[in-house]
Amino acid sequence: MVTGRHLIEPKDFSIEELEGLFALAGRMEEQPREWRDAAKGKLLASLFFEPSTRTRLSFEAAMLRLGGSVIGFAEPGSSSAVKGESLADTIRTVSAYVDVIAMRNPKEGAALLASRFSTVPVVNGGDGGHHHPTQTLTDLLTIRSLKGRTEGLTVGFCGDLKFGRTVHSLVQGLARYPRNRFVFVSPPELRIPDFVTKEIIDKGGIEYLETEDFEKALPELDILYMTRVQKERFFNEEDYLRLKDSFILDGAKLRRAKADLAVLHPLPRVNEIAVEVDSDPRAAYFAQVRYGMFARMALFASILGVA
Amino acid sequence: MLNIAKIRNGLVIDHIRAGLGIRIFNWLGLDKAKAPVAFIVNAPSKEMGTKDMLKIDETIAIDYALLGFIDHNITVNVIENEVITEKIHMTLPERVENVLVCKNPRCITQVEKSAPQVFVLSDRAKGVYRCEYCDEARGEIDLR
Repeated sequence: MVTGRHLIEPKDFSIEELEGLFALAGRMEEQPREWRDAAKGKLLASLFFEPSTRTRLSFEAAMLRLGGSVIGFAEPGSSSAVKGESLADTIRTVSAYVDVIAMRNPKEGAALLASRFSTVPVVNGGDGGHHHPTQTLTDLLTIRSLKGRTEGLTVGFCGDLKFGRTVHSLVQGLARYPRNRFVFVSPPELRIPDFVTKEIIDKGGIEYLETEDFEKALPELDILYMTRVQKERFFNEEDYLRLKDSFILDGAKLRRAKADLAVLHPLPRVNEIAVEVDSDPRAAYFAQVRYGMFARMALFASILGVA
Repeated sequence: MLNIAKIRNGLVIDHIRAGLGIRIFNWLGLDKAKAPVAFIVNAPSKEMGTKDMLKIDETIAIDYALLGFIDHNITVNVIENEVITEKIHMTLPERVENVLVCKNPRCITQVEKSAPQVFVLSDRAKGVYRCEYCDEARGEIDLR
């Protein structure tokens, strides 16, 4: 039972609890109208101390589609944080008004701190580069919905694997299921950090491969998780220009991939997936956005005890 | 080797890593102690090479979790009528509050000053603690 619980990091929920959420999200996707009054009379506080269009709208759409209501702010400028109020006091106040809080804050650990002072469940919508558990829920639900399973998969991660927290969280999430293997494709500057390979993958006895050769890695993948290679991550422009095209997915590269590959991306996309790929049936990144809303609907309904 | 008289009723804090004794002396506030206190540095030790020791001729209250955090190799001998009645071995505590300070500039504790600084043991063998909020690792001794 996740009723009344906080979600601060992906591992707060057991595999069984996640499976329950995914099954519920599946029912919501099939019959969305049946859920339109499920959270009637319930109020979400959407507290975004850092702008984020996609995540905020996904949270708010999820609550509204359950028949609930939303209050909140989209940037810290419109909150009392600018007056110097502590996060603890803001949360104490807001939790007196609402039934659940979804919060994004640029400081790492902000969601955990908020949960300590809140009288209602807190859902972490991203705390700096630290955790973003509803993105992981979204990614796992997308994989489960498209592949019918979250185990026994060869999952490729491509691009910035060093700073990409969505990658670290999803690796952690998938490592909890049996027989998954990972292929990490990145330039050496942006390779997957040791704390992921040593703490998560090696401890789980999981098979993985690190490579710079995207084309060679592609044919064996069941899932390809693309991320953005950002120019500011490189020491010099030369390296960036030399490497950036090696990690772009286009139609030519995709011809080497399996027919049932699913391409995911946490978005926003810049140029790492060529627009021509969008029309390929293997492009799943916009479907992923939709699954994100159902994942958050299932989460709110479960936390609020209205599922 | 120096000879220090036996204490009658009190504590011997033994096997302190050489160089760390002064910090424990200060942390325990022994500069203000009324009872006799012997502070020995660089005593020869078979296991450690050299060690520091504190002999306090009085039974004082010590937070053993915190002492274990400062140096988990320490043993405390409780002396009653010049006889060791108890040997207390330190271990690394599972969590310490307001002992370490998180140095991660991105951590919420940098702006939320009223929040307790909580560190949780993540690797007992290596003595690594992580900030409960941001997961930043701290290994070295850094008393608040």
